[in-house]
Amino acid sequence: MYSKIIALRFPKEIVDKPIVVNLVKKFDLTFNILKATIFPRKEGILVMELRGHRKNFNKGIEYLRSLGISISITGQDVRRNQEKCYHCGTCTAVCPTGALYIIRPDMEVMFDSERCSACEMCVAVCPARAMEVSLDKVHVL
Amino acid sequence: MASKVNKTINEINEKIKKGKAVVVTAEEIIDIVRKKGRQKAAREVDVVTTGTFSPMCSSGAFINFGHTVPTMKAAKVWLNNVPAYAGIAAVDIYIGATEPAADDPLNKVYPGEFRYGGGHVIQDLVAGKVVKLRAEAYGTDCYPRKDLEKDVTINDFPSAILCNPRNAYQNYNCAINLSDKTIYTYMGPLKPRAGNANYATSGQLSPLLNDPYFKTVGIGTKIFLGGAQGFIVWPGTQHNPSVPRTKKGVPRRPSGALFVVGDLKKMSPKWLVGVSILGYGCSLAVGLGVPIPILNEEIIRYVAISDEEIYTQIVDYGYDYPNGITKSYGEVNYKELKSGSIIFNGQKIPTVPLSSYKKAKEIAQILKEWILEGKFLLTEPQQLLPSA
Repeated sequence: MYSKIIALRFPKEIVDKPIVVNLVKKFDLTFNILKATIFPRKEGILVMELRGHRKNFNKGIEYLRSLGISISITGQDVRRNQEKCYHCGTCTAVCPTGALYIIRPDMEVMFDSERCSACEMCVAVCPARAMEVSLDKVHVL
Repeated sequence: MASKVNKTINEINEKIKKGKAVVVTAEEIIDIVRKKGRQKAAREVDVVTTGTFSPMCSSGAFINFGHTVPTMKAAKVWLNNVPAYAGIAAVDIYIGATEPAADDPLNKVYPGEFRYGGGHVIQDLVAGKVVKLRAEAYGTDCYPRKDLEKDVTINDFPSAILCNPRNAYQNYNCAINLSDKTIYTYMGPLKPRAGNANYATSGQLSPLLNDPYFKTVGIGTKIFLGGAQGFIVWPGTQHNPSVPRTKKGVPRRPSGALFVVGDLKKMSPKWLVGVSILGYGCSLAVGLGVPIPILNEEIIRYVAISDEEIYTQIVDYGYDYPNGITKSYGEVNYKELKSGSIIFNGQKIPTVPLSSYKKAKEIAQILKEWILEGKFLLTEPQQLLPSA
C-alpha cells in the first residue's frame, strides 16, 4: 500500500469535469480530500491523500498529468525554518494530521513533512513564524 | 529543624573562583537528592541553575538614541514603524514588546496575525540589524529640530537597556476553552469544548518554582537574561506571594514574578525572540535563568521539586477569564501536562506547551557552564522579595 498527500492544480478548462472519481473507477485508488478551493478565475486546487498499490498510484498520477493537472507533494509546501523554531509546541494544538508533534521527555518539536496536509494552520499560529509556505512548486511528480 | 549544612554566598563564590564549585541544573538535582538524600546533596552541591524560555509580555527596552544637530526633544518616536514611548526626556524612549506596528490591521481581520511589533524591534536590534528611526517634535528654543528620520543599529545608541517589569511568573494557569467556538488567546489557540489544554511554565526547571518563598532570590540577584548577565531589580508587577500552596510550599496558581534589567547590547537574538500570537498581539520570548545558591538543607528541599509535585489550576478562557471569574476546573501537575494529555471531565484532551522546555534546559545548562568556568559569580541580594 502506497500513500502520499498531494496537491493538484486544475486549469480552468477542466475544473468542471469529473476527474478524481476516475482514480477510484479506473485505478482502484482511494482518496481523502483535505482541502479544495476554486479560485475566482476558476483555477482549482485540491489537496488530498491518495492511497493504493504503488503501480496504480503512478498510473493515476500519469492520468491526472495527461489532463494538464500539475501535481506537487504538499510536504514541500510547508517548511520549518529550523533557525526560527524555538520548540515551544504551540503548533501541535492545531496540526490536524500529527505532522507536528513533540518527542518526550526531551520536549523537542518534530515536523514530519510526509504527514503534512499543507493546511497551513501552523503558519499563523507559530509565535516565531517558523513555519513557512514555500511558493516554489518545482517538486512536481 | 536546624540544618547541618550551612554555606554563605561568599563561600560559594570562593569555590567558584577556585574552579571547585559543584553546579547542577534544577533537573539534575532531582535525582541527586533522591539518591543521596538532602543533607549529603546540600553538602556536595553549591549551586542549582534554572531556566525558562517563553513569551513574556511585560518586557521592553529603554533606549537613548543620542543627540542630533540641531538638537531635538522627541515627542513621538517610531522604530520600524512601531511606536515607542517618548515622554521621558529629549532622546530617551521605551519600546514595549507588545506594541504593534502603527499600520497593523490588528484584529480587523480576525484572528489578527500581528506580524511585527516591539518584540520584533528588540530582536532585530540585538541581531545588529538596521532599524528605521523616525521622530517628531514640537520644537523648543533649546531643542529646535522638529523631525528626524534615519537608519540606525544598536551600536549607534549610547545606551540600550532591557527592562522587563514582569517576567518569570511563578507558576501559571492551564488554559482551556469551554465555549463552543475556537478562541485565540495569549495562551495560544484554544479549541471549543475543552479541545486542548495549554500551559506555560518550564515546571521543575522554572526559576521561581525552585525558590518558592524567595529565600535566596532578591533585589540584586544576578541572572541569565537574554543570553547575557542581567539582574533582578524588584519584585515583578502583580507579584503576589499570598496564594494557596502545596505542602512543600509551591504555589498552586500564578504568584511571584521578577522585575529584571540588563544591557541589551550584550544580549543575543537567540534568547530574545519577537513573537506574534495569533489573534492576541505581539510579544517577546525571553530567555531567563536564575542560579540558586544551596545555602542549607531547606534550600535543597525546594530545588529538588519535580514536575509531579507542581500543581496548577485549569482555567476557562472562553467565558470565565474575560469576565474576571476565578474558578478552577481542577488541578493538574506538570508531569501530567508534559505527558501530552490530561483527563478532563472523563475525556482525554491533548496538552500544548507554550513555554519551550528544550530551551529552558539549554539556559540552565549555559548558566551552569558560566559558573563552572568562573565567568559568573553569585551576588548577595540586597533585599529578598516579599514572600507573604
